[in-house]
Amino acid sequence: MAIDSAAESSDVLVDIRGLHYSRGNKKIFDGVDIQIRRGRVTAIMGPSGTGKTTLLRLIGGQLRPHAGRIVVDGQDVHKLSRAGLFRLRRRMGLLFQSGALFTDLTCFENVAFPLREHTTLPESLIRNLVLMKLQAVGLRGARDLYPSQLSGGMARRVALARAIALDPTMVLYDEPFSGQDPISMGVLVQLIRLLNDALGLTSVVVSHDVDETAAISDMIYVISDGKVVGEGTPQALRETDSEWVRQFMSALPDGPVPFHYPAPSYRSELLGEAGPGA
Amino acid sequence: MIEWTRNLGAKTLQSLGKLGRATLFLLRVLAGLPGLARRPLLVVAEIYSVGVLSLLIIVVSGLFVGMVLGLQGYNTLVDFGAEESLGTLVALSLTRELGPVVTALLFAGRAGSALSAEIGLMKATEQLSSMEMMAVDPERRVIGPRFLAGVIAMPLLAAIFTFLGIIGAYGIGTNLLGVDAGAFWSQMQGSVSFYEDVLNGVIKSLVFGVVASWIAVFEGYDCMPTSEGVSRATTRTVVHTSLAVLGLDFILTALMFG
Amino acid sequence: MYVSRTAELWVGLFVLAGIASLFALAMKVSNIAAFQSADGYEIVARFQNIGGLTERAPVTLGGVQIGRVKSIELDQQTFQARVILAIAPDYNNLPEDTSASILTSGLLGEQYVGLEPGGMDATLSDGDEIMLTQSALVLEKIISQFLYQTASE
Repeated sequence: MAIDSAAESSDVLVDIRGLHYSRGNKKIFDGVDIQIRRGRVTAIMGPSGTGKTTLLRLIGGQLRPHAGRIVVDGQDVHKLSRAGLFRLRRRMGLLFQSGALFTDLTCFENVAFPLREHTTLPESLIRNLVLMKLQAVGLRGARDLYPSQLSGGMARRVALARAIALDPTMVLYDEPFSGQDPISMGVLVQLIRLLNDALGLTSVVVSHDVDETAAISDMIYVISDGKVVGEGTPQALRETDSEWVRQFMSALPDGPVPFHYPAPSYRSELLGEAGPGA
Repeated sequence: MIEWTRNLGAKTLQSLGKLGRATLFLLRVLAGLPGLARRPLLVVAEIYSVGVLSLLIIVVSGLFVGMVLGLQGYNTLVDFGAEESLGTLVALSLTRELGPVVTALLFAGRAGSALSAEIGLMKATEQLSSMEMMAVDPERRVIGPRFLAGVIAMPLLAAIFTFLGIIGAYGIGTNLLGVDAGAFWSQMQGSVSFYEDVLNGVIKSLVFGVVASWIAVFEGYDCMPTSEGVSRATTRTVVHTSLAVLGLDFILTALMFG
Repeated sequence: MYVSRTAELWVGLFVLAGIASLFALAMKVSNIAAFQSADGYEIVARFQNIGGLTERAPVTLGGVQIGRVKSIELDQQTFQARVILAIAPDYNNLPEDTSASILTSGLLGEQYVGLEPGGMDATLSDGDEIMLTQSALVLEKIISQFLYQTASE
């Protein structure tokens, strides 16, 4: 992957090189390289527990890698000062899995929150901007509701409106599809693609919902055991010869990823020969 | 035995680490406070939930504590024929001790626990984390106003408590027990000093305000982001604040009146 | 951040109530309202023995408080107690031959300085000294005196 630095600054927005991160004794990332290009929807996939959320937090600078570097728009995230990091974060939106809306504020105030914090715009302009963002996610009518009155899918859309309130360069989505009914899932899938193209965003989707993610992404990285095990367009990944990636992409119950969590022989445990249950 | 010693050591290290974290946290919060001058409404909103919502319990407890003091004080003083000194007794015990201390204890139960639970839940539901990702520092936006509101509200609550306590004792003393109203006030004024008693009481409650708010916001901010973690943090807030207030009260009393 | 009008109002009320309480504590409960040394004038009285008189003790005339004990010191030459009384500015017509005595309110009550007006036209002014004073009654002395007398009879 030889990209000269000129091309890097123009085309690659996020450049992750040799990323190592471990929590306790568990290695979460063991030398991960990922390039996220401008204007594309890049998906990062993998089974649960492979640290996809951790990756987003590393990109956002909330966690510190043990080795390797993450460069966002030419700036090494973990070498920035606190103020520099905060400036960078203004250009990133992160959509949390739970939405993480402020429960004591209405939808309107939630979306207005970043505007009020970072700008000194007059109230009328804030109102217009908020309504515009809410209109984009189709929830202008729900502006006076509190987060507790919203369904999960609606809450995520409000959170999305909040994430794009400051017109960021990049939006990171953390498991945007998990736990959604088919309709709101479809809405979210569409929204991510639409917003990406209409606002000229760069989107990073972390997910394990293969079909939905594959439908909207330009580029997919599959992570397993702390390493990138497959990368390419959705089409290319489906036709890969890696057995593992095929198992993941086609949702086969058994394959290189065993169905069983590592355990002593079932027979010996049942017969009570050993183990704590004996 | 070895196991026990090891546990003790581990616990000690843990507590020391926590104290260190709490101190650094306090310093960061204090450093962020001047920024609040531009957004006083944030603090006003918190004074409402910390101070105004604690008013009811403070008013009721203040009146009753004062009434009890009036009754008990009278019964003791009347044996020496000194029931005229009831005002002095009540006013001194309230301004110096009961006002600041009882208010701080009630504050811990009413406002401190609520602060911890609120901040803990914001942490558990990733609201603090999402704020950070929006380039908003939660220590300045969430913690700072709450801390400052606690520090402002405590002396005011203590003053209200103390004053109402004296009113309660006055009501019981003059209406029920027949202490002369004029003697009640004049004896009180004769022996309560503004600088030594009233002002020292205010200083005490300011110190308690800092400590109680500090513990409450820190426990919430430092809790495990789970429902169990939040409930533990809430309990710890009440227990630690009560112990800290009583311990500090001894030290402050020794310094001021010793 | 949106703060509702009622919340703002309540906070205002709360802060006002707190400050009013503090003010009431200062003015009604403590002695700050009573005469400050700045206003009024000071007169000096010497006593052989002041008993348990303390600073800030009331100074009364005819049972009405008109001032406060400002300070108490020992005169190194005469070994008398020198008590400085701060008198409120309203009472500026005390006769020059006013006498002062240290009295006790009740049997166990606090001690205070009682003034007894004389009959002269000239009045006491700042820095003047009261010539006629009567020391505090020391209970032990009275009792021993009493015992001594009954024994000698």
